[in-house]
Amino acid sequence: MKEIDELLLPEDLGYTDDHEWAQKTGETFRVGVSDYAQDQLGDIVFVELPEVGDSFAKGDECGTLESVKAVSELYTPLSGEVVAVNEALTDNPELINEDPYGAWILEIKPSAPAEFDTLHKAAAYLEMLKG
Amino acid sequence: MSEQQTTGAANTVLGTGGLIFNEPLLWEKGKKGRMGMSVPQSDVPAATLDATLEGTEVDFPDLSEVDVVRHYTRLSQWNFGVDSGMYPLGSCTMKYNPKTNERQAATPAIALAHPMLEEGLSQGTLRLLYELQEFLATITGLDAVSLQPAAGAHGELTGMLIFHAYHEHKGHQRHKILIPDTAHGTNPASAALCGYKAVAVKSGPDGMLDPELVASLMDEDTAGIMLTNPNTLGLFEERVREIAEIVHAKGGLVYGDGANMNAVMGVMDAKKCGVDVLHLNLHKTFSTPHGGGGPGAGPVCVTKELEPFLPVPRAVRKGDSYQLEENLPLSVGRVHAFHGNFGVLVKAYSYILTMGAEGLKRASQLAVLNANYIKEQLKDVLHLPYDRPCMHECVFSDQNQQAEKISTLDMAKRLIDYGYHPPTIYFPLVVHGAMMIEPTESECKEDIDQFIATLRTIVQEAKEQPDLLHEAPQRTKVRRLDEVQAARCPCLVGLPSAEDK
Repeated sequence: MKEIDELLLPEDLGYTDDHEWAQKTGETFRVGVSDYAQDQLGDIVFVELPEVGDSFAKGDECGTLESVKAVSELYTPLSGEVVAVNEALTDNPELINEDPYGAWILEIKPSAPAEFDTLHKAAAYLEMLKG
Repeated sequence: MSEQQTTGAANTVLGTGGLIFNEPLLWEKGKKGRMGMSVPQSDVPAATLDATLEGTEVDFPDLSEVDVVRHYTRLSQWNFGVDSGMYPLGSCTMKYNPKTNERQAATPAIALAHPMLEEGLSQGTLRLLYELQEFLATITGLDAVSLQPAAGAHGELTGMLIFHAYHEHKGHQRHKILIPDTAHGTNPASAALCGYKAVAVKSGPDGMLDPELVASLMDEDTAGIMLTNPNTLGLFEERVREIAEIVHAKGGLVYGDGANMNAVMGVMDAKKCGVDVLHLNLHKTFSTPHGGGGPGAGPVCVTKELEPFLPVPRAVRKGDSYQLEENLPLSVGRVHAFHGNFGVLVKAYSYILTMGAEGLKRASQLAVLNANYIKEQLKDVLHLPYDRPCMHECVFSDQNQQAEKISTLDMAKRLIDYGYHPPTIYFPLVVHGAMMIEPTESECKEDIDQFIATLRTIVQEAKEQPDLLHEAPQRTKVRRLDEVQAARCPCLVGLPSAEDK
């Protein structure tokens, strides 16, 4: 397990209390889980993805991550419609452990893009983790 | 340094010794043409089989009887059960199962009774079912019982079907259900199968559910709440009555997950706590063997108001005779064939009769005492996230061991070297690195002291020789298994050819 100061927390992402991140990619946002989340979960063995076209409100459960330790829900950090999911994770869930920010899980077309500004900045998220 | 040199203590306590059988797969044993019996010569003429019916050839190993008996006997030696040693698996209540219960269930008059025999010839069987329903109603304080559900989660599903039928009958179906983060993990799935959306309720900093939070979430589109009490932190929800009043005031129902009933037999009255539906795990609380997928039994107990919705058939008493009642128009229907898992019901009935009311209460008291004793004896070395009196299980974490990079998993694996089944780990999810210990009432003080001493030794080893833990278990037939590979690429075929791939 990583020490808190070993965690990678890119500056341009928004983070949630539940350890998801969102990143602006043009008109849409990509969503994944933070380095802290993948480290806590341990080896991820299964990812349940939503369907393209599903709509969620911020904080809704939109998928599941299963590690050898536990099954965890994925909560969407932003409201909107799923426009893409990362199919590569179905066969290679370990990509999330290897590169939690490269291995995006879903892409959302936001219904309220300003929600992004309410997410934690990297520094604030780090403070939260330090407790 | 070898394991033998460094841990002399492990040699003097219970544990795995030197005689561990090796055993190959069945396909690697035997010899072509060997057989376990003599097949008589065929006395009918041979006929040719249509080639399309043949299918692919099945690769059965050729073995003698002794090959097969030794194979399975050897495999059984690698197993660990509650008959081998302490099995403190939190949330599972792995108590000792008295052998008299097996004997009663194996009585030919009971074991061989056919479920389709007419009622006049099944009076003993029906009486047993009826009396068990009555016992369980008395123990929980609720009014009516169905013995049909086959397991805890099946009981939950039946309970949710009853919620659904109740709201349907009231003419206003609801769509959500409240589930605390300290409830059992299967609760959301049971609710979702009945079309309810699970709404998570966070427990407070003391591990307790906050009635004000419940009040803020409870509305008239919410079917009710699914409480586990004692909760999965092993703590009694002290404000359960307030919570039940809030839910009832909005027309909702209260489900009680009775998986942790071993803490409160004869102590808690579920009805007075405001619970409308409660399932029991006979295979936990009422001492019927479980593990490895069953069979179990998860009877559902309800209030008078919900009795019409119980599954059919139900054993009823009419004067001096017992009958199966099928004609209950509001019933959710049948949830199991015949009488449920009857053999399990017989064992639980035997357990209740042999223990008696005082005995059951005493069992719960001792289960709680044992858990609290372990909690107090270990809390100076293992981090205790919720330091307050617990019920039948206590939850530690690996926070104190983080400096040595020792995880809960490492400590659990090391316990195996000392001859213990590890406790439940990484559950409940509200505690990081949780280790959930449930000793049950079965263990005597000497054995509990031995367990405590072992965990203290392991904590010491974590500081002084962390590799002993990282490399544990070392004294078992197989070492630390690659759970990640097993989950990602499961190999479920016992053929050598599959292994070669």
